[in-house]
Amino acid sequence: MSSAAAPEINKQTKETVAALGEKYKYGFVTDIEMTRAPKGLSEDTVRYISAAKNEPDWMLEWRLAAYRRWVQMKEPDWARVHYPRIDYQNAYYYAAPKNTPLKKSLDEVDPKLLETYNKLGIPLNEQMALAGVAVDAVFDSVSVATTFTDKLNEAGVIFCPISEAIRDYPDMVRKYLGTVVPVSDNFFATLNSAVFSDGTFVYVPKGVRCPMELSTYFRINASETGQFERTLIVAEEGSYVSYLEGCTAPKRDENQLHAAVVELVALEAAEIKYSTVQNWYPGDENGLGGIYNFVTKRGDCRGDRSKISWTQVETGSAITWKYPSCILRGDDSVGEFYSIAIANHYQQADTGTKMIHLGKNTRSRIISKGISAGRAQNTYRGLVSVHARAENARNFTQCDSLLMGGQCGAHTVPYIESRNSSARIEHEATTSKIAEDQLFYCQARGLGAEEAVALIVNGFCKEVLQQLPMEFAVEAQKLVGISLEGSVG
Amino acid sequence: MLEIKNLHVSIGGKEILKGLNLSITAGQVHAIMGPNGSGKSTLSYVLAGRAGYDITQGSITYNGEDLGALPPEARAAKGVFLAMQYPVEIPGVTTMMFLKSALNAQRRARGESELDAIGVLKTVRRKAAALNVSEEMLKRALNVGFSGGEKKRLEILQMSLFEPKLAILDETDSGLDIDALKLVAEGVNALRDPARAMLVITHYQRLLDYIVPDRIHVLAGGRIVAEGGKELALELEAKGYDQIVKDAA
Repeated sequence: MSSAAAPEINKQTKETVAALGEKYKYGFVTDIEMTRAPKGLSEDTVRYISAAKNEPDWMLEWRLAAYRRWVQMKEPDWARVHYPRIDYQNAYYYAAPKNTPLKKSLDEVDPKLLETYNKLGIPLNEQMALAGVAVDAVFDSVSVATTFTDKLNEAGVIFCPISEAIRDYPDMVRKYLGTVVPVSDNFFATLNSAVFSDGTFVYVPKGVRCPMELSTYFRINASETGQFERTLIVAEEGSYVSYLEGCTAPKRDENQLHAAVVELVALEAAEIKYSTVQNWYPGDENGLGGIYNFVTKRGDCRGDRSKISWTQVETGSAITWKYPSCILRGDDSVGEFYSIAIANHYQQADTGTKMIHLGKNTRSRIISKGISAGRAQNTYRGLVSVHARAENARNFTQCDSLLMGGQCGAHTVPYIESRNSSARIEHEATTSKIAEDQLFYCQARGLGAEEAVALIVNGFCKEVLQQLPMEFAVEAQKLVGISLEGSVG
Repeated sequence: MLEIKNLHVSIGGKEILKGLNLSITAGQVHAIMGPNGSGKSTLSYVLAGRAGYDITQGSITYNGEDLGALPPEARAAKGVFLAMQYPVEIPGVTTMMFLKSALNAQRRARGESELDAIGVLKTVRRKAAALNVSEEMLKRALNVGFSGGEKKRLEILQMSLFEPKLAILDETDSGLDIDALKLVAEGVNALRDPARAMLVITHYQRLLDYIVPDRIHVLAGGRIVAEGGKELALELEAKGYDQIVKDAA
């Protein structure tokens, strides 16, 4: 995009946001011609997707095997979330803007798409080098732009859409895909394995510290369409990478499905920091519409002394069902999970983590902050499992819940299994309300009620917000405030 | 500046203030003294606009405006400040962050430009030094783990920072030893100003040795029962509340 266009787009952005004039600021729809797979899900759908992406045969076979397994599986019902039965035949599984070139420079990308990301505050133009963040932009089922690939290549880092990686680096993808989250893992992961569309592939070679923050921005635009992102990050021995994903979707009365799978592999002494700011459309004040966010995220600390750290800020979606987990396989490996889950109005969140201690001296740390308002239900569900071989495993878990008003719910469901007597597992949990005297104190010093709530909640979440890369921490703080608008009467 | 007429206030249906009258002009310092349960804290909260304190009769007029109709944050922006008896803890929010947010919220409400972080920091540092509020205190979470003296000093620091027109000090002396009391009183005296009115609410005469008021009002049973100059405090100290209330009856 030329720099001359920028002021015009900024003006449009402001106008659009002002016109929306509502609480969810990303609810607009981009009017762009789309190619879609026929409605419904069958082997033909899987073949369609694979063909649309020019995939090799092995990938198609992998997908088909997943599909055949999926049709025999049952949707899980153990989470504390309620929703009408999903009709999997009444949705589209693939939607892509027409005329998306396969290998694209930004000049070739449809200006409408660039404009969309601009409105979302995700500038893709190369001038954003200043921000020092490389972006992969996924629009419905395809990646539309990836920035800084060249600069990253110089460092030996591969950062590209996974559809591209399947074609260009098939050996690498085959070696790792499905090794952390097996095809048969769970209903939604298996579905994803059959129909995944796009997502990001990251490979950081031995000893390399990735020179910039990597980020993928997921946007659902098309109606009646599910998004099935697939992300795979491999960090070789002694390498480091920090990755962030962001998500938004238009406001619609229908519910849309987002079923992602993310796999992380950290080899010896490697470190992966994975942050999520999830702001899918949460539905309206009466619980109409919103995204069903059913996600499987898992990291494998495969090498000794490796470390995987998950940080998530979950403010969107009608339903969130996700448990970013760590398999602490290598000796002395470390897993961390920092989470903020905000549920307002009729949102339902059932989220937490699993820390599976397999290696010796493995350590894990879980800090979960749940905020419930309106009529929302917010559940922390977590497993700490210490296996027999895991000498001296350590876990610390802290789950804090904050309630606003008398009609919401907070639930903590910790599962602890230990097969090694040397394990030390600590669990702390608190539930509190925003006290009337705290609100009054802030108001008496000039803060409006909503500003006061945002301040208090940000204070409550501070330990987690501090874990986010600096570039995103400020945005996340604002988001915390916006998500709770309308929660004080 | 402040005109309270026949003020009746109930909490949860129970009447606490029963026809209170009070008038303060700019530049004056008034003291409200009274026994426990006389309605002193109710008066301070109703002036600041706390929810649940219902004005059932009478009026509070502040610079010609009906104060009772405004939410607390609007009162703050218009220059009403309450130094609280029990300052509240807010975990995870640094004191500096809180001061900046509050100051800028007030400025926004008045249509003034916001101050940047450096501007606020400079102003706060200058004012903090005079009150012996350390840099370290400003970095800690608001009032969390503060001693009684630290909390009260921070209240006075906020008063100094926000430069209110009407400052209400609710039992600022409670929980302070004599050195801390002197420090706080000095801070308050430094803020005496011809354009500023102060209402000092206290149970004990002690504070008034250091903050000498222009007028003293004795509050008992939800009404002002006696009024006088600063010498009234000494009389109260000698006779006790019971006698003064009886004399007035």
